[in-house]
Amino acid sequence: MKELDPMVFLAVFQEMLGPMLWVMLIVAALAVAAFVGLLVRDRGIVSRRLVRAELLGLLGGIVALVIMAQVSSSGFTDAGGPADWFLIALVYGVGAVATTILTYAAMGWMSGQTARS
Amino acid sequence: MKTPAQHLRDALQASPTPDRRRFLAGLGALPLLGAAASAPLPASAAVKTQARIVIAGGGAAGLTAASRLSTLLEGASITIVDARKEHYYQPGFTLVAAGIKPQNYVVSGTGDYVPKGVEWVADKVAEIDPEGRKVVTAGGKSLPYDFLIVATGLELNYGGIQGMDTARIGQNGLGSIYHSPQAASATWQAMSGFADKGGVALFGRPAGEMKCAGAPLKYTFITDDHLRRRNNRSKAELIYMAQSKSLFGVPIVAEKVRMLFQDRGVKVNHEHVLQSIDLDKRVATYKTPTGTAEQGYDFINVVPPMRAPEVVRNSPLPWTEGPFAADGWVEVDRETLRHKRYPNVFAVGDIAGVPKGKTAASVKWQVPVAVAHLMGDISGQAATEVYNGYTSCPLITRLGQAMLIEFDYKDNLIMSFPGVIAPLEELWISWVMKTMALKPTYISMLRGRA
Repeated sequence: MKELDPMVFLAVFQEMLGPMLWVMLIVAALAVAAFVGLLVRDRGIVSRRLVRAELLGLLGGIVALVIMAQVSSSGFTDAGGPADWFLIALVYGVGAVATTILTYAAMGWMSGQTARS
Repeated sequence: MKTPAQHLRDALQASPTPDRRRFLAGLGALPLLGAAASAPLPASAAVKTQARIVIAGGGAAGLTAASRLSTLLEGASITIVDARKEHYYQPGFTLVAAGIKPQNYVVSGTGDYVPKGVEWVADKVAEIDPEGRKVVTAGGKSLPYDFLIVATGLELNYGGIQGMDTARIGQNGLGSIYHSPQAASATWQAMSGFADKGGVALFGRPAGEMKCAGAPLKYTFITDDHLRRRNNRSKAELIYMAQSKSLFGVPIVAEKVRMLFQDRGVKVNHEHVLQSIDLDKRVATYKTPTGTAEQGYDFINVVPPMRAPEVVRNSPLPWTEGPFAADGWVEVDRETLRHKRYPNVFAVGDIAGVPKGKTAASVKWQVPVAVAHLMGDISGQAATEVYNGYTSCPLITRLGQAMLIEFDYKDNLIMSFPGVIAPLEELWISWVMKTMALKPTYISMLRGRA
């Protein structure tokens, strides 16, 4: 691609998502902050919590694909070539990672458990 | 001694702005899709001017031009003339007719996009007088201009098909997507009914220029897919009536479509142009090189002949000779969109008498170029931007897949995502772009933000 103007990107996503764009960005920022805050509090990763979060993340990736199919009016047999598999992997990956971070952070702050307890 | 151009420039400028910056109107082979940058507006100071700019037509091209000009100019009087309060997202008509999107997906309001500071005269353009440098509305209002942008779009000439009655679209197997959102929705109902029962379905396109030459092909593929999904494909015969010896203006694409039609079992008759239709008996009559050919149908998607609106045809603006003369397309330079005989007149969008696509993607790339040249006249620094004929067509080949086809005046394929999206490949990602990213990009374009 020749140029990728971030302002155009932003304009298109604003048009696509409306106010939800800002809501999603804020939620994402809060989730990441909560995750990082947890790392600081626990002085590292809590393995059991991470594994649980990752398992939920695997499910989250599937949910992301279902949402993708709905918003793009697609079925589940539409993949045609490598570019499609790339997009499917990307959507799954984003959903999985986002779910992992969110659930890890939620579990960590809600349980009050630290690495030492 | 000042030249006329210098006189004009001095008259238009309230005061010269010292830090005038050149603005980009990037070319690049970038599509009307998601993350592409065409001609982002610069963050420089607006050019001060007293120029009066009239934009005849407030559709995709007219609104985009107004948005860009209102940002680039300060003090100019910019007027859009368009009687219609509704704005139609025409690239979505096929999705409505395919049963993928609801009718309201394609309808919004012209008023949603008219920029602040731009006057909208909600009346029809009745007369364009480039000699007298004015536009006159149906209500008799005279709008003098220093610059005119003709963005009227085109006229669907249903009268060119004997026996056709647009009031009956949706009834008795008659479909016609282009007519209106209501007609697109009614066409879906008719096609869906056909997909349940089977029979003979006819598709085709007019001779002459038309908007989105891919749409008639897309609908053939979509109908085929609906039949297959209902296990009724064997009950139907699909016939595509090609108006010429070829299925598409770009040879490499025509070959691909030929192979796909073969794969789908779509029969093709070349050099068949619809000339009349019997809506009661369901018989379509085609003009062929060897006489007329009749074909009975159970469903037909009528794509009417298209031409310039009467107000343009009645003006001195159209080509007087050549392939664009008969239908009244405006005589502009294909690279700058500037009128060849009236230098202060530009034509953009479907009305422009240039080869290749009349599509939203063409508008996206034409308008910044035309605006650049208009700005060049005002600022005195001639613009160098050039429109290369870029057109984009996400050609749906089944529900959930499309081929991203992009080309220029030279029939060269342009790849916006080289290495990721192959041009003639049926891909889900292209369908996703069509269903998710195209409309937001289009709306951003109307607002001058893309």
